[in-house]
Amino acid sequence: MAEGTIATAGGIAARHEETGLWGFTKPQAVAFLLMLAFVLVSPFFLYPVFLMKVLCFALFACAFNLLIGYVGLLSFGHAAYFGMGAYITGYAAKAWGVPPELAILMGGATGALLGIPFGWLAIRRAGIYFAMITLALAQMVYFFALQAPFTGGEDGIQAIPRGTLFGVFDLTADLTMYWLVAAIFLAGFLLIHRIVHSPFGQVMKAIRDNEPRATSLGYRTDDYKLMAFVLSATLAGIAGGTKALVFNIATLTDVHWAMSGEVVLMSLVGGLGTIFGPVVGAAVIITMQNYLAEFGAWVLVIQGVIFIACVLAFRRGILGEIAHALRVKL
Amino acid sequence: MEDLLFELQLALPQVILGVINGSFYALLSLGLAVIFGMLNVINFAHGAQFMMGAFVAWLLLSYLGIGYWPALILSPLIVGFVGVLMERLMISRLYKLDHLYGLLLTFGCALVIEGLFRNTFGSSGQRYTTPPEFRALDLELADFFLPGYRVWVLIAASAVCLGTWLVIEKTKIGSYLRAATERPQLVQAFGINVPLMMTLTYAAGVALAAFAGVLAAPIYSVHPAMGANFIITVFAVVVIGGMGSIMGAVVTGFLLGFVQGITDVFYPEASQTVVFVIMAIVLLTRPAGLFGRA
Repeated sequence: MAEGTIATAGGIAARHEETGLWGFTKPQAVAFLLMLAFVLVSPFFLYPVFLMKVLCFALFACAFNLLIGYVGLLSFGHAAYFGMGAYITGYAAKAWGVPPELAILMGGATGALLGIPFGWLAIRRAGIYFAMITLALAQMVYFFALQAPFTGGEDGIQAIPRGTLFGVFDLTADLTMYWLVAAIFLAGFLLIHRIVHSPFGQVMKAIRDNEPRATSLGYRTDDYKLMAFVLSATLAGIAGGTKALVFNIATLTDVHWAMSGEVVLMSLVGGLGTIFGPVVGAAVIITMQNYLAEFGAWVLVIQGVIFIACVLAFRRGILGEIAHALRVKL
Repeated sequence: MEDLLFELQLALPQVILGVINGSFYALLSLGLAVIFGMLNVINFAHGAQFMMGAFVAWLLLSYLGIGYWPALILSPLIVGFVGVLMERLMISRLYKLDHLYGLLLTFGCALVIEGLFRNTFGSSGQRYTTPPEFRALDLELADFFLPGYRVWVLIAASAVCLGTWLVIEKTKIGSYLRAATERPQLVQAFGINVPLMMTLTYAAGVALAAFAGVLAAPIYSVHPAMGANFIITVFAVVVIGGMGSIMGAVVTGFLLGFVQGITDVFYPEASQTVVFVIMAIVLLTRPAGLFGRA
């Protein structure tokens, strides 16, 4: 492993992985229980809409981190899957009256359908080129969204109905919606955890650490990279679709390159290559945006400064630093 | 046949405008290629530095009354100095790490710069009046009018691109630069100050972006987001050309402007996306880029 490789900045402190429940190490199990407790208790203390936003972005960041943290591919265009997922979910729910569970799945399918050709193109190059290609492809999606009639151009799709889950639960109540979002987030989180710890995930990590060696062991590394890419794009689409239902809106902001930058920032702040890092990063950045919303463009400056600080001094991120200090894996 | 001729006649102005747009692509991708060749850093702040170049020209004119011609020299020098500070204080700390950190760092810098300008000057555009002396260059062919300033942009951009190429390929300092790109340690062992060269190379690349910014100021309105919109297209240009050669960056830049101009005539809806489509095709056929080395 090359020194300072971006994907492993999260720090693999613990060499011996003792896996207990569901493949979690002990510290991870503790962290997971803490997170679970927070997800279950917090809506009774904090504003549910804010929490839903955090959870949507946490899932988005986890999906992004699956690619950078475990395959070593930095995608700078994840807004494309998130934003188009939001558009399709929103359009299906509003124009076709599709029930919410199906609409969100359609958002995920959109992410997958975009991810297949984009991933197929982008994995032809690695490193910096991969980042630039994903960014350029996402910009193409942005221009498409700007011009296509169904996205509503500058206005976006507004007044998207949340609908009734399985025809039983009315989602217009924030708390009901919260439990749906929490369930989607936890399912996505556990899915990513299982992927990372599956034999498939082991090959992903082998590719991250030394691709030529993985190839020489007989793995078709391109197939693995593409699969990881599509999984990541699918989960990003689901996160976008869920977000569209929560806020009843899907706009150009969701497909803009700044959104791609934000998800990179969240993962970086929380800790690249740590399973809980993106969740913490999303919480931190969304909270910050919430408090600084009134300061307008200063948010941009502060985000930039955090980016710079993270890259120069704080490459492990919050959870990476904690894991490093405690010599555990998180 | 006559229809086609007529179409072509209609197309000419758009194509010329496309090539002029292409001269900005060429200047910006040239700067990116120079920086990447030496520092192995993709300078995400390039768009922000382009914007700074335009803004400095505008500030010089509105607050100090310094006109276009001095600004064409002063603005790249000022922004280039900012580049020196950025390289010395931040980017130079990352050379031993994964190249992606350079991308992330310069992305952060781009956000800071854009945010600061937006706070100070607002999001709306400022007008930079075209200097009147360019009217002499106005071209009028049949019913097609080409403003003189655009002719000048084409000339100036081509001259600067050619000049940069000559410096890198034909001068002694250029030969140091090429040598240091290939084998930095060996060149350092010969007693050449490679870190200083890296700083100056970064500054030169940034100055190129600022120069493009000054050129752009009278054409586009000067506003904080003007660079961000541009730079992503330039990234696609860079992927298409490959980072291998200086000439490749320039040629690809002009070529894509030309293609964009043609697309604007025949299928205007795609004029903004055509560069990305070409990028996809190039990736399928020549993943290393048209001029790149695999």
